[in-house]
Amino acid sequence: MGGTVILLIILAAVVLYGVSAYNGLINLKNQTLNAFKQIDVQLKRRHDLIPNLVNAVKGAMDFERQTLEAVIQARNQAVAAGANAAPGAMKQMATAENQLTAALSRFNVVVEQYPQLKATANVGQLQEELTSTENRISFSRQAYNDTATQYNTRQQQFPTNLFAGIAKASPAELWEITDEGERAVPQVDLSMKPKA
Amino acid sequence: MTDDTSLNLFQQQEANRRRTVILVIGFVLFFAWLGFGGDFIYYLATADAGPETYHHTFPWFGLVMTAIGAGIARYGFATGPNKVLWSTGAREVVDPATDKERQLVNVVEEMAIAAGIPRPRIWIVPDPDPNAFATGLDQGHSHIAVTQGLLDLCSRDELQAVIAHELGHVKNLDVRLMTTLAALVGAVALMHDGMGRLMQGGLRVGGSGGGGGGSRGGKKGGLGQLAIILLVLWVITWILAPLISQFLAMAVSRKREYLADAMGAQFTRNPMALATALQKIESADAPTSSIKRGAAHLCIADPLGRRVNLHEGGLANLFATHPPMAARIARLKGMAYQRLKAEGQFPAT
Repeated sequence: MGGTVILLIILAAVVLYGVSAYNGLINLKNQTLNAFKQIDVQLKRRHDLIPNLVNAVKGAMDFERQTLEAVIQARNQAVAAGANAAPGAMKQMATAENQLTAALSRFNVVVEQYPQLKATANVGQLQEELTSTENRISFSRQAYNDTATQYNTRQQQFPTNLFAGIAKASPAELWEITDEGERAVPQVDLSMKPKA
Repeated sequence: MTDDTSLNLFQQQEANRRRTVILVIGFVLFFAWLGFGGDFIYYLATADAGPETYHHTFPWFGLVMTAIGAGIARYGFATGPNKVLWSTGAREVVDPATDKERQLVNVVEEMAIAAGIPRPRIWIVPDPDPNAFATGLDQGHSHIAVTQGLLDLCSRDELQAVIAHELGHVKNLDVRLMTTLAALVGAVALMHDGMGRLMQGGLRVGGSGGGGGGSRGGKKGGLGQLAIILLVLWVITWILAPLISQFLAMAVSRKREYLADAMGAQFTRNPMALATALQKIESADAPTSSIKRGAAHLCIADPLGRRVNLHEGGLANLFATHPPMAARIARLKGMAYQRLKAEGQFPAT
């Protein structure tokens, strides 16, 4: 009699633990999805901002047509790659976005060479917006990677890994910077203030 | 370092929720003690008196004081963030007018994304001394305030680091505990001043009835030893109330600053920016005059510029609301070094 009671208690404990492990995994899974959506939102913001920026400087930078066209083209590719946004298609998106980042940094180097252009209030504002957008993208990427890592770790840890199958949890892909050039120069400084 | 903070986040939030509840209960119990203690002393004082005179048998003071305490706690909890912001004279940034304000709004949005919380409302305190604080009751309803001095002095990266520190407070629910504490400490100070005046008046005029009458009547009558001890204790509680609440405010906030520094560094991945920002805040030695004592423990750096915050241990452990700036900066530099080491690149210097 005592044995069955103990057995029942152990069984109940296991079931209770299973439920909490399952819920924890589902919770993390949704957080990961949400974090991914956040990147997407910020990428859209970036894509919408670029035409404005290019228009603002077009007149003054007519002779830098090549740089501008490179930016526009990279932007259009990134928009196309982001059209079917899903955690699965991340490689494609990441590649297109990295190309856009590279094109933008070249563009910024060019803008730096025209102080009178930077002095225009509109361009200054747009540059601040661009800085902010770039930061938002990298921070949302960072938040996604943090959440996804937590999710992946939880799935692999014992004994939660026993319930990973039931929760249909599969490792989430991290958003990595593939381009070697970007890894070396992780951020373009666009602050309007001179460097201290 | 960063792993610790993210792993412990849930426990931190729970601990802060629990501490807020304990704080509120303690506050109400404190009022109950003031009330019922007074009742009991009055009861002892009037128990031996003749049959015609008044016998204090029903604990009116206790009930009224407990009700007042609960009322203040409820009111303080609900209006805490607004009270704190109001006391500093902050104005909300709804429509950013200048480039700096636009930058501030952008930076707050960026850090809210990094922290994974909804964007807090943004306020500017018109004060030339650099400082910042966060207030609010939960992640969804939080406020972040910076002084004009901070905006003017800090670079974009430094501003970002300061905001990240404040969002660290928001994310682990420090703001809930510290705002409630600010509201209750304020209430105790106010009550103490008011009642002190009332009691003095009561003793001088020698009028009957009310709290003043209670203690005065006791002195005159045949008072037992127990009643005297109680009376002394009771009066001491009254006198010490503001001091005790101040100690609470201090003890609660020191450890949190280190933790929020670490969280801020985790959000920005740039500990050096916070280190230089703290250095700038430290070297601007003028006190932040618009931030009063009641909200001092909410700020990123002690707005009163008290010397006691320069040391650790001994007296400072009792009185300081903030850890020494040098220790915080040293820890942040340590984090920066760890990052560089992990990435395999050492600083050139």
